[in-house]
Amino acid sequence: MAAKNCMCQETGLLVFPCSGSSDVGELSDRIGRTIAKCGQAKMFCLAGIGAHIPGMIESAKAAKKIISIDGCPVSCAKKTLEHVGFKVEAYNLKDLGFEKGKTKVDEDSIKSATSKITGGKIEETITRSSGGCCTN
Amino acid sequence: MKIEILGVGCPKCKQLTANAEAAVKELNIAAEISKITDIDEITEYGVMMTPALAVDGTVVSAGKVLSKDDIKKIISK
Repeated sequence: MAAKNCMCQETGLLVFPCSGSSDVGELSDRIGRTIAKCGQAKMFCLAGIGAHIPGMIESAKAAKKIISIDGCPVSCAKKTLEHVGFKVEAYNLKDLGFEKGKTKVDEDSIKSATSKITGGKIEETITRSSGGCCTN
Repeated sequence: MKIEILGVGCPKCKQLTANAEAAVKELNIAAEISKITDIDEITEYGVMMTPALAVDGTVVSAGKVLSKDDIKKIISK
């Protein structure tokens, strides 16, 4: 049995949004946080990987699957992760219909983009949970 | 050589500690093994998954219990 506050639980999905400064960068960040909040994945710091922090890289290696969410085609998150040798399931918001400089970051766009990335599993979570985090 | 086991003290951390001690004993090298159990201190290493193993201040593994032989390979480098 894990000790209190133990960080040794199995790591399934890790999500790395690019969290860039543009509207789509912000959207990627909000999507990552939404997915993490619903417990579908754990959100991780891309900056730690880019900075080659050994603890961060070794922690990410423990994941079963790594997802990158990039706001634009520059694909910084995907490339940063690949640069240190990770195999990544990559999503780009441009491919999902969100244009840099023309995207409003609001609940609708967050929900729509998150749904496209999770294949609708966010809605399933919302339906299953009553008063859970995803209904907020 | 300084070997640190990072983890709050669950069975996985204890197993990793035991494996590290066995590895050091078999290699017959001078190594100081210590445990870091404070979460704030663990996260200062960038570790988000425990147990983790650090050698001379560098994290070489996180989120898994390395075997004695795995540890021997790492510290023999």
